[in-house]
Amino acid sequence: MTGPTPSTVSGNLGLRLEEPLIFEQGDPAKTGVDLPEPGDRPDRLGGLARSGPIGLPGLSEPEVVRHYTRLSQKNYAIDSGFYPLGSCTMKHNPRLNERMARLPGFADLHPFQPQGTVQGALAVMGALSDWLLGLTGMRAVALSPAAGAHGELCGMQAIRAALDARGEGDRRVVLVPESAHGTNPATAALCGFKVRGVPGDARGRVDLDAFLAALDDGVAAVMITNPNTCGLFETEIIALSQAVHDAGAFVYMDGANFNAIVGRVRVADLGADAMHINIHKTFSTPHGGGGPGAGPTVLSAALAPFAPLPHVVAEGEGEGDDGGWRLVEHAEGDMRPFGRMKGFHGQFGVLVRALSYMMSMGKDGLRQASGDAVLNANYLLASLGDGLTPSFEGPCMHEALFDDRFLKGTGVSTLDFAKALIDEGFHPMTMYFPLVVHGAMLMEPTETESKASLDAFCETVLALAEKARAGETAVFTEAPRHTPRRRLDETRAARQPVLRWAPPASARAAE
Amino acid sequence: MRYLPLTDGDRRAMLARIGAASVDDLFRDVPDEALAAARFDDLPDHATEMAVERQLSALAARNRAAGAGPCFLGAGAYRHHVPAAVDHLIQRGEFLTAYTPYQPEVSQGTLQYLYEFQTQVALITGMEVANASMYDAATGVAEAAAMACRITRRKHVLLSGGLHPHYGDVTGTFLRYTDVAVERLAPDPLGVEDRMGRVTGETACVIVQNPDVFGRLADLSALARDCHAQGALLVVAVAEPVSLGLVTPPGAMGADIVVAEGHAIGSPLTFGGPGVGLFATRQKFLRHMPGRLSGETVDEDGRRGWVLTLSTREQHIRREKATSNICTNSGLIALAWTIHMTLLGEAGFTRLARLNHQAAVALVERLERVPGLTVVTPTFFNEVLVRLPGRDAAAVVETLAARGVLAGVPLARFWPTWPELADGLLICATETNTDADMDALVAALTEALQ
Repeated sequence: MTGPTPSTVSGNLGLRLEEPLIFEQGDPAKTGVDLPEPGDRPDRLGGLARSGPIGLPGLSEPEVVRHYTRLSQKNYAIDSGFYPLGSCTMKHNPRLNERMARLPGFADLHPFQPQGTVQGALAVMGALSDWLLGLTGMRAVALSPAAGAHGELCGMQAIRAALDARGEGDRRVVLVPESAHGTNPATAALCGFKVRGVPGDARGRVDLDAFLAALDDGVAAVMITNPNTCGLFETEIIALSQAVHDAGAFVYMDGANFNAIVGRVRVADLGADAMHINIHKTFSTPHGGGGPGAGPTVLSAALAPFAPLPHVVAEGEGEGDDGGWRLVEHAEGDMRPFGRMKGFHGQFGVLVRALSYMMSMGKDGLRQASGDAVLNANYLLASLGDGLTPSFEGPCMHEALFDDRFLKGTGVSTLDFAKALIDEGFHPMTMYFPLVVHGAMLMEPTETESKASLDAFCETVLALAEKARAGETAVFTEAPRHTPRRRLDETRAARQPVLRWAPPASARAAE
Repeated sequence: MRYLPLTDGDRRAMLARIGAASVDDLFRDVPDEALAAARFDDLPDHATEMAVERQLSALAARNRAAGAGPCFLGAGAYRHHVPAAVDHLIQRGEFLTAYTPYQPEVSQGTLQYLYEFQTQVALITGMEVANASMYDAATGVAEAAAMACRITRRKHVLLSGGLHPHYGDVTGTFLRYTDVAVERLAPDPLGVEDRMGRVTGETACVIVQNPDVFGRLADLSALARDCHAQGALLVVAVAEPVSLGLVTPPGAMGADIVVAEGHAIGSPLTFGGPGVGLFATRQKFLRHMPGRLSGETVDEDGRRGWVLTLSTREQHIRREKATSNICTNSGLIALAWTIHMTLLGEAGFTRLARLNHQAAVALVERLERVPGLTVVTPTFFNEVLVRLPGRDAAAVVETLAARGVLAGVPLARFWPTWPELADGLLICATETNTDADMDALVAALTEALQ
């Protein structure tokens, strides 16, 4: 199986089809949309009409459909195979959710219609709030953050506003465990906080003694992920939260891994003051190649008054499901919103999909989902434990963490191992994260993988580990070989950035 | 349960391999008191696809779809016809259910369309480079303000009163706890504000919108020159991306950063979100730009391909020193945008823009004949501000909504405590509005204003 990529006359390889850029195949005379002839009234542009061509290519509809179909076939996706990307929760995206978001009563809705004409949409937001508050035990929820990191910003700004309101704006330190997602320190810095790192212990948890030692009266909050990024539950979380509260500070819980405990544990019972929920992880909305997500942020009673606008409130006779809802867009009463996170009313289309999922699963289904997610991860940990090197003792929660000790002396790196998995038809696990173990391999199977799927993956991984130990390094260092492109030169991309197409120099010279 | 493949038999076999007695046993690291405290009695159990569809369809039916009758709403969200092919293509599972393209060998589809997207954004804004999208224009404007401060090492940003109020609110919120001072000028329906009078040696940027939130188109060339003379940058927001098919782009007027809301191209209104922020700048500011970037390179066999690049600006590497805390972009909405743009092409995009402007001119001609109504905006693309002297515009909107006409967005929706704006109404026309729609609006307005 070694040797150069097989060559053909066309450059295509069977189903693997080459596809040029739209700019290399378009013709300005073509279009894929028939539009009526515009009228010829004198314009009212005040002399600001554009001059000269824009340079956009024109393609007919069949050419456009083929272009994007061919592009799509160059992607790996959860629809096509196992995607054990730790910390990212690549689970099945139910298609009912897509259908619901496309109902004209949801999709064709203007954000500034009179509120009497959008009561169903406000009811969706109200119902989703009830679900999120019920599942977390928290007091209030801000629905508008656009994604996880945006939700972090929401929670940390609420904390800053609450501290300012009680005259403790000089608390400027945020404790962040070293296993945290990189967004945590970035968010804290954006809120004007200084980050103080907290080491982990030998069990992969926050070192409670070091944590307590770092907790002084300059601390505003702790940002803690639970289950943490090693896939482990922070066993001392209640004591830790209590100590934070006793010190007059707040607990920000990063909800990236909420999918491990949903339907079983309420974060309010763990002492959280704020937590964002990655809707596109826990509640099954598609990742879409990098968004759109949604990051509703639940808040404790202490932070609820500072929730950003807008709010949705049940109001009037027969309030709630069958009655009236109101979108509050400006502060009123005793609200003290710290501001507005996003244009309009947040990621409504994503929230409809999430509600569709929650209603489908119900509280019993969500509990089963977190159970199966944890079961699947522990099955990976048990099945791979002999051939790979688990970083910590089990049980794990929804993801299993391995390091690269099993590759020591083989000349194969974690990256090489991941690329060999691609040739075997699997998406790699998350690599080199968390930073607390060497050459990390973080595997998150999710609850939507079958046992047969996990068995096939484990068999492949164990066989690859055996090959690595047997010195078959080319299988790894030359991988991937069976993909639309082999390893790409990232250094060149960064040193000489080419971020847009431009006509070839010969074509420019001819103009 | 239809989304869960494991059978009870599977679970037993797997627990045996693990050496655990039960699934609950795997949660033994969770404190008992937390497990005992968890009650979910108020939440329902699982439901069939048919039942969920029935319930959600009932909620959808309680909304009036914008297209169910005449609709003239804009104010940052514009209703356009989206070709059927767009929604079909974005629902291909290889696009819909892929993650961020961190493994480029199996993500060339996403990376290539993002590169094409970046090129289209740069072309229509008249700029040199663009990123792979932001959440929306409001967060994009906030990021542009922060970027201008990084470039100029200054700490004051000036927001025009013609900027969409949500863009201003989000920018103010985003920078609230930083050392940047955000100064917002009062709403400026007449386009008379004095911007340069507020620019100092500490000003990082002036942020304006074109057309502004009142629909007014302006030549920003002089403002750009004045800003640059003071060492400040000019940031231009565009709420209606279709305008760029007809109007001189901000890049040609001297803008340093352009942010636009792309949502109106490729996606339905969806109550305003998810959107997609278009973000473009000058080549020399590239390394200060937030967001993801797809860049061209070659693979081991020398073939052209794409990767996410310049990630040393990002938070997973830089942590608290990153250019932004933002991780996700708006990939699928960017895909819808770029597919719609590719379908339109040069000929379609420019024609669509002309259709919109012609629709607005036709509507304004009719509105100018309605007694008790004054059109305020002299130069516009597809939206104008009208005043209804002596009338509460929000009440007029409610009256017309009861007659099935969505007449526009009252300024009171944004500025409820500004009585001098209470008679103001934003009215927008797009290619989706028919002559009959305009007749219905004019007839209903004429009657309501009698």
